[in-house]
Amino acid sequence: MREIRIALTGNPNVGKTTLFNALTGSRQHVGNWPGVTVEKKTGRVSHNGYEIEVVDLPGTYSLTAYSADEVVARDYILEERPDVVVQVVDATNLERNLYLTTQVAELGVPMVIALNMADMAEAQGDTIDLARLSEFLEIPVVRTVGTRGEGLDTLLEAAIKEAATSPHHEHTIGYGDDVEATIAMLADALSTDIDLARRYPLRWLAVKLLEGDENVLDKVRGGPALARVESILSSIDSDEYEAMMADKRYEAISAILPQVRKANVRNMSPSDMLDRVVTDRYLGIPIFLALMWGTFQLTFTVAAPFMTMIEAAVGWLAEFVAGSIEPAWLASFLGDGIIGGVGAVVVFLPNIFILFLILAFLEDSGYLARAAFIMDRPLYALGLPGKAFIPMLVGFGCNVPAIMATRSIEGEKDRLLTILVNPFMSCSARLPVYILLAGTFFPEQAGSVVFFLYVLGIAVAIASAKLFRSTILPGEVSPFVMEMPPYRIPTAITSLRHMWSRGSMYIRKAGSIILIGVLVVWALASFPLGVEYGSAESFAGMIGHLLEPLVAPLGFDWKVAVALIFGFIAKEIVVGSLGVLYGTGEETLSSALLADPGLSAAAALALMVFVLLYTPCVAAIGVIRQETGSWKWAGFSVAYGLVVAWLLAFVVGHSAGLFLGGI
Amino acid sequence: MESPDSEEHTTPTTLDRIGHGCRCRVVGVRAAGALRKRMLAMGMVPGAEVEVVRAAPLGDPTEYRVKGYCLSLRRAEASLIEVTEEGR
Repeated sequence: MREIRIALTGNPNVGKTTLFNALTGSRQHVGNWPGVTVEKKTGRVSHNGYEIEVVDLPGTYSLTAYSADEVVARDYILEERPDVVVQVVDATNLERNLYLTTQVAELGVPMVIALNMADMAEAQGDTIDLARLSEFLEIPVVRTVGTRGEGLDTLLEAAIKEAATSPHHEHTIGYGDDVEATIAMLADALSTDIDLARRYPLRWLAVKLLEGDENVLDKVRGGPALARVESILSSIDSDEYEAMMADKRYEAISAILPQVRKANVRNMSPSDMLDRVVTDRYLGIPIFLALMWGTFQLTFTVAAPFMTMIEAAVGWLAEFVAGSIEPAWLASFLGDGIIGGVGAVVVFLPNIFILFLILAFLEDSGYLARAAFIMDRPLYALGLPGKAFIPMLVGFGCNVPAIMATRSIEGEKDRLLTILVNPFMSCSARLPVYILLAGTFFPEQAGSVVFFLYVLGIAVAIASAKLFRSTILPGEVSPFVMEMPPYRIPTAITSLRHMWSRGSMYIRKAGSIILIGVLVVWALASFPLGVEYGSAESFAGMIGHLLEPLVAPLGFDWKVAVALIFGFIAKEIVVGSLGVLYGTGEETLSSALLADPGLSAAAALALMVFVLLYTPCVAAIGVIRQETGSWKWAGFSVAYGLVVAWLLAFVVGHSAGLFLGGI
Repeated sequence: MESPDSEEHTTPTTLDRIGHGCRCRVVGVRAAGALRKRMLAMGMVPGAEVEVVRAAPLGDPTEYRVKGYCLSLRRAEASLIEVTEEGR
């Protein structure tokens, strides 16, 4: 059995992932490219005695060093040398798609074009002459329809055949006499660097140097060709060359197109008509808000019964273990520690899966691009990109899927900023704490108190975004240069796969961190051996006493401090912990709290503010670590949250104390 | 013969000043670095014909049709693209 490696490349929104899924089926592996948070997907397929590995490169519009995605795609083709590169091309949008073709072709690798969505091009009345297109490009062109699995065998055969025909010359377009002369000069200079010349196509290096590509200049640095290359480059204006060469590439495409495609002239496509309504000046925002409200409702109401079921099952299992295993510490370790920890991971699954199914649907249909288009203006004013709206909204339900939903944000800084302010959106786990405390201490104004907390969370998120923009993440919001893809009807299988890949990533990556966090808290509550779980004598209780001076200015005693430590697992646990610490059930907790002279109404308000703002729960920390790729930002989020919570709880508590008779 | 196309029409302006439904032709891109590369890759090359499709509900960003597809840009980015107006 012979093995070959295929790299899939293409613009975003061309059905590349669908084609990848259709090719490899369930034989897939999802991970990250080394060093970056860009997703790496590989899959396997057998065909005619060949074992084929398919690598799905990130979707890009070109192969400059513009973004992490482009660098990953380009480096893979150049450094890992796949046997053949398959570019997935959207048949309804040939002009811009072929721009990438001109760039991949310059890399001098065997190449095949999958002319995808061919059915849609035909449906709108376009006819494309595949044979002529292939002749002009000197690249085999295969008709595919990824959603229906059409053309896959032909594509694989073309790829296998192309992989075998070597050596390969790079087929490129001409850039005109002046530019070509400079390219030739540069290539000649570069040829003196034997090591470089062996690894990269000289013409490609020369073209990139002319475009002012720093990444390529770095490859030349330290080699014998540097002096000559620098002297040639110093005499030209790379900005001007860059524009000229981009223009030439598009010009070459424009010259080919009329000879291979008969395009049906349309006055207005269905997509256009839909956009007239969806992005209408008056209707656009209400439609957007209604869709978001629907997403939110579906995610949290549909998930709620599943979550209750999971909680009940976990609770039953923990109780069963507690009652049937000796000694007691082992039962507690298995019940409260392991089962509780796994439960903490699993309980979010209904939310995550449903939300990602809806988001996959919105994204694949093309609506997400419209949402960003509509919301960009107001969010830009706050220093956030338009795409930050959905994660912020989802944060009201649960910060875990919300932080994962930031993946659609392109700019690395924008995305980091959106992640860091997300925990201040008051998630639904904080609501039970508000209901208990507001209901107990402010029975008449409970609704207003809860509303105040939500608004405070939003205000802190906005203020933090402004603060981070002027300090740790300086600069403007990334430029907004976004394709508005035509609307498409997503297929169920694509959306389900999309959902599964995100959801399973959460279990594998964040899951272990959450489990460890829960086990640490369990150990604190259970040791030294023989103490009652979470009592004053346990390590958690000791830490509570130790922390008491720190939280005393906020009007909290050691019991509150312990409850807050437990809230680290999940904020709603604060309620249950207070119940344990006050020695009552949750039903009578209200009166126990009121009877405690150590906890004033002002302090209760301060406590709600503290619970709103202090450290993200262990699950949120797990996904922050996963999504930012570093503990640094997860740690920062915890520290920043604690400081902000302490300060605002102090201010709110003491201000309220003036009216309520002391904290 | 003497004068190239662009000078027959109006004087150069920037893309953010073109009205809805109007067409124009790109003369140059004044952006630098990564943004410049991105705009060029997206088809905003000298000579490209651009149609202003519509603005977002709050007036910014704006959607344009270029090279057979739709692209949206903020006013800030559109103001970096020099164009000559070609009428409706």
